[in-house]
Amino acid sequence: MIPKREKQVQEDCGDLLIEVLKNLVFFKVEDCGDLHMVQLEIVVIFKRDCGNLKGGIVEECGALQGDVVRLISSSSKSKSSKSLITCSTAFHFPPLNQLPDSTSYTQLRKNNLYSSWHSVNSTNTAPSSHNRNGFFSQNFNQKGSGFWIGQGLIGGVRNFSGESVSRESLNYDVVIVGAGPAGLSAAIKLKQLCKVNDVDLSVCVVEKGAEVGAHIISGNVFEPRALDELLPNWKQEEAPIHVPVSSDKFWLLSKTRAFPFPSPFNNRENYVISLSQLVRWLGMKAEELGVEIYPGFAASEILYDTTDKVIGIATNDMGVAKDGSKKDNFQPGVELKGKFGRVTLFAEGCRGSLSEKVIRKYNLRDKGQGQHQTYALGIKEVWEITADKHHAGSVLHTIGWPLDPNTYGGSFLYHMKDRQVAIGFVVALNYHNPFLNPYEEFQKFKHHPAIKPMLEGGTVLEYGARTLNEGGYQSIPYPVFPGGAIIGCSAGFLNVPKIKGSHTAMKSGMLAAESVFRTLHEGSPLEAFWDSLRNSWIWKELYTARNYRPAFEYGLFPGLALSALEHYIMKGRFPWTLKHGKPDHEATDEAQLWRPIDYPKPDGVISFDVPTSLYRSNTNHDHDQPAHLCLTDPKIPELVNLPVYAGPESRYCPARVYEHVVDETGHPKLQINAQNCLHCKACDIKDPKQNIKWTVPEGGGGPGYTVM
Amino acid sequence: MKIMVAIKRVIDYAVKIRVKPDKSGVETSNVKMSMNPFDEIALEEALRIKESGRASEVVAVSVGPSQCVDTLRTGLAMGADRAIHVEFPGTLYPLSIAKIFKALVDAEKPGLLLLGKQAIDDDCNQTGQMVAGLLKWPQGTFASKVVLDEENKVVTVDREVDGGLETLCLDLPAVITTDLRLNQPRYATLPNIMKAKSKVIKKLTPQDLKVEIKSDLEVIQVTEPPKRKAGVILSSVDELIDRLKNEARVGPQWKRPHIIERGARRGYVRSNIIQTIER
Repeated sequence: MIPKREKQVQEDCGDLLIEVLKNLVFFKVEDCGDLHMVQLEIVVIFKRDCGNLKGGIVEECGALQGDVVRLISSSSKSKSSKSLITCSTAFHFPPLNQLPDSTSYTQLRKNNLYSSWHSVNSTNTAPSSHNRNGFFSQNFNQKGSGFWIGQGLIGGVRNFSGESVSRESLNYDVVIVGAGPAGLSAAIKLKQLCKVNDVDLSVCVVEKGAEVGAHIISGNVFEPRALDELLPNWKQEEAPIHVPVSSDKFWLLSKTRAFPFPSPFNNRENYVISLSQLVRWLGMKAEELGVEIYPGFAASEILYDTTDKVIGIATNDMGVAKDGSKKDNFQPGVELKGKFGRVTLFAEGCRGSLSEKVIRKYNLRDKGQGQHQTYALGIKEVWEITADKHHAGSVLHTIGWPLDPNTYGGSFLYHMKDRQVAIGFVVALNYHNPFLNPYEEFQKFKHHPAIKPMLEGGTVLEYGARTLNEGGYQSIPYPVFPGGAIIGCSAGFLNVPKIKGSHTAMKSGMLAAESVFRTLHEGSPLEAFWDSLRNSWIWKELYTARNYRPAFEYGLFPGLALSALEHYIMKGRFPWTLKHGKPDHEATDEAQLWRPIDYPKPDGVISFDVPTSLYRSNTNHDHDQPAHLCLTDPKIPELVNLPVYAGPESRYCPARVYEHVVDETGHPKLQINAQNCLHCKACDIKDPKQNIKWTVPEGGGGPGYTVM
Repeated sequence: MKIMVAIKRVIDYAVKIRVKPDKSGVETSNVKMSMNPFDEIALEEALRIKESGRASEVVAVSVGPSQCVDTLRTGLAMGADRAIHVEFPGTLYPLSIAKIFKALVDAEKPGLLLLGKQAIDDDCNQTGQMVAGLLKWPQGTFASKVVLDEENKVVTVDREVDGGLETLCLDLPAVITTDLRLNQPRYATLPNIMKAKSKVIKKLTPQDLKVEIKSDLEVIQVTEPPKRKAGVILSSVDELIDRLKNEARVGPQWKRPHIIERGARRGYVRSNIIQTIER
């Protein structure tokens, strides 16, 4: 069923009508909230004596897309009265036998589609609010026009878009999307600056997770450099940073052995933490300073003003059923924006949905360092192991087996406190083999003779997965756009050789806060953020680290050799900057060039199947909501992904969201189990035709990480 | 008429719970907590009654540690007017809670007391019934439909019982505990959450209400249920009987064991088994 947006337009509008039609046909897809396959069909219903107008429109329509505008003559029944109400009764739910083309209306009513209805130049006020399947918005202008909103079915429209007036709007000076390290650091810094300068700015942080820290997952060996600058008394204030790094090992694995190498990291003053716990603590600190944090609300739409400047965001409508209709507990989204000159910061983490939109819209990649962003998928489990095998603060990284020399990736194993161990596997998403399954590689890795003994006797507490950026210095986009900035991993400040991104994310948030404060308080341009970034230690760090990851394009051992050269001798002083290879989604080879990999079955003790692991991630979404994973073209999975690439999405997704099944007629079909989604964004990155668009589901859903 | 709604802060339903290593209980630190789902339904019902004009005020009440305030704020954001928090950091027991609620009801004098039918952490299903007993109020438990009749001062409750649905007519004031199919709770919207920050939460302690929280039961050990064993395929009917008799200990006394011997014809043995089990 193809969604339709139909506008029945009254007569008597002449040029205005033609203008309206032109605008409707060419309205931007963004306006309807991420629904890329809206099929716009304009039905113009004329009263009988509108011959001239009809002719005019036919002329114009030739210039517009021909089959978009349909011209229908109204029935004779409505000709008696020119009043809106009579017309509206006739047009709302016209008796089927009276319209020449009644099928569309039958479908409309049957499928709970609402239709957009605009009446121009009528003299009456609101028509009757009687409606069976449709509804009227509250917006009526003097002329008594109203709107029905077209509702999509496939992929689902989450917002009754275009109707910004029916939503409540709250004003804040600064709106931050995402309560992660970057977002919360920016919020805290802003409030600290306010206190010092005796100014008051209202700061609001929206977070799609059910609580602060629910969607935070990271290794994590934490470098407290940024936290020392932000909250110097973090130790006294009982930040959950207790375990200093006690040992640092680096192994190259073969199938049966582990070869120790000198550790390329300097983790001496760092700590092994759970980033989710730290972010919770940061959230507490932010609330103490007066920041308003709203978990459970997903920012799904960017609001622009007439000059194409970002003025804020709008949250999802809640209580929308799977077919798009409103449930009993429907609540429209809320707009969070500022009065003139206020700022929006996007801190959504790697491949944030709104950040990507903004980057595309304002072309920030080209304005920045120029290269595309490259990503890796990290899958992590937190185990509780026996006390004799646990050494708090022990840090281990491995490379090599089970990945082949052409796939960049490795594992990490960090011992936290309370006998807990964080073990994870990271696979760069520019791998070539479409049969590679990062989750299964992780399970295979756990069976290595050097790793397995440590896990025996333990239990898994939590599981999760998330993509991370590996583009580094070369891929930093220009972070400032009209109306705000992008901070944290949404821009991409992860230091790949160090495998640390939390400290740079926090620092970028703090720098943004300083620039924002100066913009709001003194009026200086927000572009100063870019300059302050380039003068900060983030830049120096990322510059020094810029050639490590691209060196691995040449393979594992050349990459290791170049990295050793960089680390011990050159330290970033090479006069050149290596470029990245192909973007991740283009790097997948066709399936015919490779053979399927036979992964061992999970044993239920050390390795597990996906459903068991998924259960441990506490992920949950309300099942009765539109799927938040949208296919731009629903045919591509059957036509391209499956035959050419053997359906890689069923392998790289760590949550088994995508399954290629055969439907009743025997045709292959892509089944999307959106309820399982871990919000890792791997599908958005790795889909070969970039057909899958990750959009934000109803707030409060998703994983529930507590010690990740 | 005032409506009082009882709310409990429990481990969120989507969280995978673990037993503590010392087997003294379930791990509750670093675990997401939220409002008991049945209490959400009770609160939603109270709000609907208030919105239809038949109640003047909805008061949310909770007993528990200091973090209960968050749960009460969610309740206020959904639409409750006031909240009362009885602070007690230790373990709670249904009878003691019922006594606290009795004291609160005596103080606030609501016309209706709504609770969830049970809490999802202990599944006791006792508090509502005990409160009704202490107050000597009529009770309608497992409500799947509540219809309030103001003039006659009665409330008609459809109860979901084992045999089907039972309709009761209760004189007000009454205690109603809600079941799943009563309604679909509303979302707390952002503007309401902001307004809830300024609503009043009154703090009390059990001593203020002259109730001592204690129990005559002591939890000795909490363990995970035994893991389900794999199924076994047996090779013959003899083996089945042997297993049933000796391992599963099924069936009454085997009056004529000499019939069940090796070499007995299958049909004969089978008919004996059927007889034995039917008996």
